Amino acid sequence: MHAVLPYVIAALLFGLGVYGVLRRRNAILVLMAVELMLNAVNLVFVTADVTAPAGTPHAGAVFALFIIVLAAAEVGVGLAIVLQYYRLRRAVAIDEVALDEVPQ
Amino acid sequence: MTVADALLVALGVVAVGSGALVVTSKHLVRAGLYLVISLGAIAGLYLVLGAELVAWVQVLVYVGAVVVLLLFAVMLTRAPIGASDDLDRPAWPALLVGGGVGLGLAALLADAFRWAIYPLPEAGTAGRMGEQIFGTWVLPFEVISILLLSALVGAIVLSRPDIKGRGE
Repeated sequence: MHAVLPYVIAALLFGLGVYGVLRRRNAILVLMAVELMLNAVNLVFVTADVTAPAGTPHAGAVFALFIIVLAAAEVGVGLAIVLQYYRLRRAVAIDEVALDEVPQ
Repeated sequence: MTVADALLVALGVVAVGSGALVVTSKHLVRAGLYLVISLGAIAGLYLVLGAELVAWVQVLVYVGAVVVLLLFAVMLTRAPIGASDDLDRPAWPALLVGGGVGLGLAALLADAFRWAIYPLPEAGTAGRMGEQIFGTWVLPFEVISILLLSALVGAIVLSRPDIKGRGE
């Protein structure tokens, strides 16, 4: 197996995620792009399991599981914040968020 | 090119292609469904790379739960069903930074690993992963379970309007 293939796939997915986070206005689409970035990192961890030299701990899959759990927590809290903001303002466009304003 | 290489390339094309559609689609719901395809292809990549348990957890947690949660949020924020034109900001900065990061990392990793061939590991069983999690990594495992619990409690507190802060 050529290890460069999954590594390049992961790099491209991460780039797509960065692009999505910067490009999208809708908060839910931003969260989707964040998921893409997290999955790219997971792919790097799992591939590193294959390419790590013998004698080093092969724990990439364990860390990939940890990141999946972290992503679940992140998306739970993130969507709660998005829904609360939608309830207050009837909008989910993140470039219209007024950070210096106290909600009534 | 072996069978594993061909599978990696095919699944990678599917993952990257549908990932590109996730960040460019004009339909909110379609972006979520493309995300399912992308994550499913990544689960296939895990299977090829011998991380069976991670692949099935990916299918269960990501494809099963996270995407459903995202689609619920799309529904609860009353997103339009058809195409919407106000989803995007100007493309140039995002294209510059995203393309730079993606292609830069790809060039870096391609230069680091060249065309070196690694033997595929035997498929990792759940037993080996369990030994690792509950042996070497048991402390991070406990910390992460507390974090998950507190995140879920936080999400519930955030989304219930009848729980007020102390100062109100």
